[in-house]
Amino acid sequence: MSSAARGAAAARHLPTIPAGSLTKKDFTSDQEVRWCPGCGDYAILAAVQSFLPELGIPRENIVFISGIGCSSRFPYYLNTYGMHSIHGRAPAIATGLAATRQDLSVWVVTGDGDALSIGGNHLIHALRRNVDMTILLFNNRIYGLTKGQYSPTSELGKITKSTPMGSLDHPFNPVSLALGAEATFVARTLDSDRAHLTSVLRAAAEHRGSALVEIYQNCNIFNDGAFELLKSPGTRDEAVIRLEHGQPIRFGADGALGVVRRPETGRLEVAEVATVGEQRVLVHDTADEDPSTAFALSRLSDPTTLDRTPIGIFRAVHRPTYDGLVHDQVAKAGTARRDDLAALLRGRDSWVVADPGATAAAVLS
Amino acid sequence: MGPTPTAVALSRVVIRFAGDSGDGMQLTGDRFTAETAAFGNDLATLPNFPAEIRAPAGTLPGVSSFQLHFADHDILTPGDAPEVLVAMNPAALKANIGDVRPGGTVIVDTAEFTKRSLAKVGYTADPLTDGSLTEYRLHALDLTGMTLTALAEFGLSRKEASRAKNMFALGLLSWLYGRPTDATEHFLAAKFAANPALRDANLAAFRAGWNFGETTEEFAVRYQVAPAPTPPGRYRNITGNLALSYGLVAAAQRSGLTFLLGSYPITPASDILHELSKHKTLGIRTFQAEDEIAGIGAALGASFGGGLGITTTSGPGVALKSETIGLAVSLELPLVIVDVQRGGPSTGLPTKTEQSDLLQAMFGRNGEAPVPIVAPRSPADCFDAALEACRIALRYRTPVFLLSDGYLANGSEPWHIPDVDTLPDLRPTFATEPNAQAKDGSAVFHPYLRDADTLARPWAIPGTPGLEHRIGGLEKADGSGNISYDPDNHDRMVRLRQAKVDGIAGDMPPLVVDDPTGDARVLVVGWGSTYGPITAAARRLRADGQTVATAHLRHLNPFPENTGDVLRRYERVVLPEMNAGQLALLLRARYLVDVVGVNQVRGLPFSVDELSRAVQDVLKEVEQP
Repeated sequence: MSSAARGAAAARHLPTIPAGSLTKKDFTSDQEVRWCPGCGDYAILAAVQSFLPELGIPRENIVFISGIGCSSRFPYYLNTYGMHSIHGRAPAIATGLAATRQDLSVWVVTGDGDALSIGGNHLIHALRRNVDMTILLFNNRIYGLTKGQYSPTSELGKITKSTPMGSLDHPFNPVSLALGAEATFVARTLDSDRAHLTSVLRAAAEHRGSALVEIYQNCNIFNDGAFELLKSPGTRDEAVIRLEHGQPIRFGADGALGVVRRPETGRLEVAEVATVGEQRVLVHDTADEDPSTAFALSRLSDPTTLDRTPIGIFRAVHRPTYDGLVHDQVAKAGTARRDDLAALLRGRDSWVVADPGATAAAVLS
Repeated sequence: MGPTPTAVALSRVVIRFAGDSGDGMQLTGDRFTAETAAFGNDLATLPNFPAEIRAPAGTLPGVSSFQLHFADHDILTPGDAPEVLVAMNPAALKANIGDVRPGGTVIVDTAEFTKRSLAKVGYTADPLTDGSLTEYRLHALDLTGMTLTALAEFGLSRKEASRAKNMFALGLLSWLYGRPTDATEHFLAAKFAANPALRDANLAAFRAGWNFGETTEEFAVRYQVAPAPTPPGRYRNITGNLALSYGLVAAAQRSGLTFLLGSYPITPASDILHELSKHKTLGIRTFQAEDEIAGIGAALGASFGGGLGITTTSGPGVALKSETIGLAVSLELPLVIVDVQRGGPSTGLPTKTEQSDLLQAMFGRNGEAPVPIVAPRSPADCFDAALEACRIALRYRTPVFLLSDGYLANGSEPWHIPDVDTLPDLRPTFATEPNAQAKDGSAVFHPYLRDADTLARPWAIPGTPGLEHRIGGLEKADGSGNISYDPDNHDRMVRLRQAKVDGIAGDMPPLVVDDPTGDARVLVVGWGSTYGPITAAARRLRADGQTVATAHLRHLNPFPENTGDVLRRYERVVLPEMNAGQLALLLRARYLVDVVGVNQVRGLPFSVDELSRAVQDVLKEVEQP
């Protein structure tokens, strides 16, 4: 059994099977995949289908719930239980499922419009409650299915069909938002980096509680190259900050750059390690209960160009899950005896009307 | 000790308690009701309170009242005009005196009749002394002063002690109508168990009120209303919201399913959330969601997982839930949407009753999205209606509307408590095996392969090996459930979903007509909470020698199979509704019958007087040559 499976089975009451007894093929449905050729979603689908056997959970105990948008077609292509629901509401539906079924591994697939615009309310509340679900947020910084309007993560000034003179909306940073909602697990990864994507998925699946994974995903039709700075061999080393728990946060060629805390203000900034000294480089701690350093890390990236974007796990802390607490309360309340319903209906102020043949017309009980 | 007052036997009495919204009139009314129920009278109640928690003291908008009708016979409404008004301040008197029958009894707490309080509600002279109340039997009593005297030894502040004046009034009225007091004494002991000083003060005020009645010469008569003959059995008094909650608990027990209520607080439905949250031992889980949409979303998620998903709300909340209801229609999963209707549109009249969500329940979704509708007819009937809504949802795998209203929610009546073993068995059958063959001959599961009888689709829940499937809001191919944009398939699926709902008509009782003489030419049809006023009006007209038939629709979608036959049998069909004619629109369209609407949207139930007159007008028209 993988560590992911152990973690998953421990908190929920998930049935387990030997990890690897299923294959990618077992998780591939018979439906023809209908994303545009070249879409980043293909890579994510392949990674998830390949990763799921690792979980060691029977596929009938895995449920994917999605909202509306290109990403939300995802459940149709997985041979698990699935629901393609309505725009923005997948976290709410998943909450009801998780709160009533402890034997299921619950996943939400959503996009930047679905999760952050129409469904923003459900997302933040699922995160603060810490409902045990893994949320995969495919962020392509555009509305694809409706053919190219700006999204809540599009950069200010973006020219789209609905913003011919440029978007006037300041964009959300999904990681900052999730940390603000006190999510217990927050991570970011890239569709094109299979190894990184899989490692983040593994950690997210292992986490008990709401896990938000932002996946930068290229829409080659309406927003092609949105993440090129983070992917291109010529720029990525200095544009991407890879976070690893327990490691100094260094990046750039030969780790020449590092994240340091400015003593006077407490703010994080990027500095040349050679100039400031290795000792000043911040050591990443995903387990820090206080989310403020993780939040500060999330603010390093440029909201327009995405330069200096940290990827990896920002935060992974433990807090009781909402669904676990529900089950605890139910257990604490105890189970009903056979006559409890009758006692409830009878209440404390009932009276008996005797048979007309009897003497007393009404008897107080 | 004064002379023993004359005992006068009455058949029925309507009492209204009225005071400031902080005066505890709802509690006073509740307790008098409990005593009356225990005594064995039939009864019906009508609380009426402002939406504001504490409206400005002593003002007309701040008046809260509780009306109780009790009788030695079976009654159907909380009564039109009170014979007795208890008014705790000038505002309560001014707001309610117009409703009291001439010759009625008016009991007033004089303590609040100061120049300032009178001026606040626009009295230029003191109505207690200016002769304006001569047509009533006025008892101007210093209820507050007597309460303070009775509590002098308790060491309470003047403010604390005066708050027990409602218990003094309750004691006095309990004496006047010979109510049993044990239950109220037990209630006060339990309510103030944590504060012995307040407990003793309230008990003392209650007893002082009773003793005042017994010793004073103020009241020359005492009234007796004999117990009403009722079928043998165990009874309790119950409000609609409580009965509805219990119906849902019973459905959870009888279905054996994990029950999840997803709800967001909204007047007048919140009491159902409060009540259900108490019953975890009976398999009830409640989720107070971040909004109305999440409430129904969570309920639908629970249903997808094989639970019984319920959401409770009022009209504005239904508007927010509409898209999810449409999804439930498409997913064909069980779900019950409880709508405790209130005055609209928009925020409207949160604490007042109306029946104006019928068309929203019927049509308030995009696309062809039929949803069955069940409506209770009285507070106690909310129990059975809730079970019926759950039965339909589970058997037909469909969202179902349960349309209660503000009057049913807060009104109460005696309820014949059912034997739980006689309640319907709601256990569903889950799919466990593949039900189709793929082209290659292998066994597969088709989530939209329907039951030939009910047209319901199989309910295969996550965790069932071999039946993994995906469902969603996109149109599905008949049978396989795969996404389908095929024109003929969509046309077929729209018709199938409609046929499934229409078919429920064969699984419900026919519309029953009450026509005692069998020769009525006018039929009065109703639905929901107008049952009481309509039936009472018909009784009054019949007692007056007139013939009129009545019928009550419990199922609004689909209608009972014989509905058209019944409507077409009469020369005139009259339809009273607390809306602008919503059911009338449906019946006219569906059955081409020229239904005559009687409509009012005053936030209050129909009075029997106004309904009788309206029906009388139609009877006269029919009789004219």
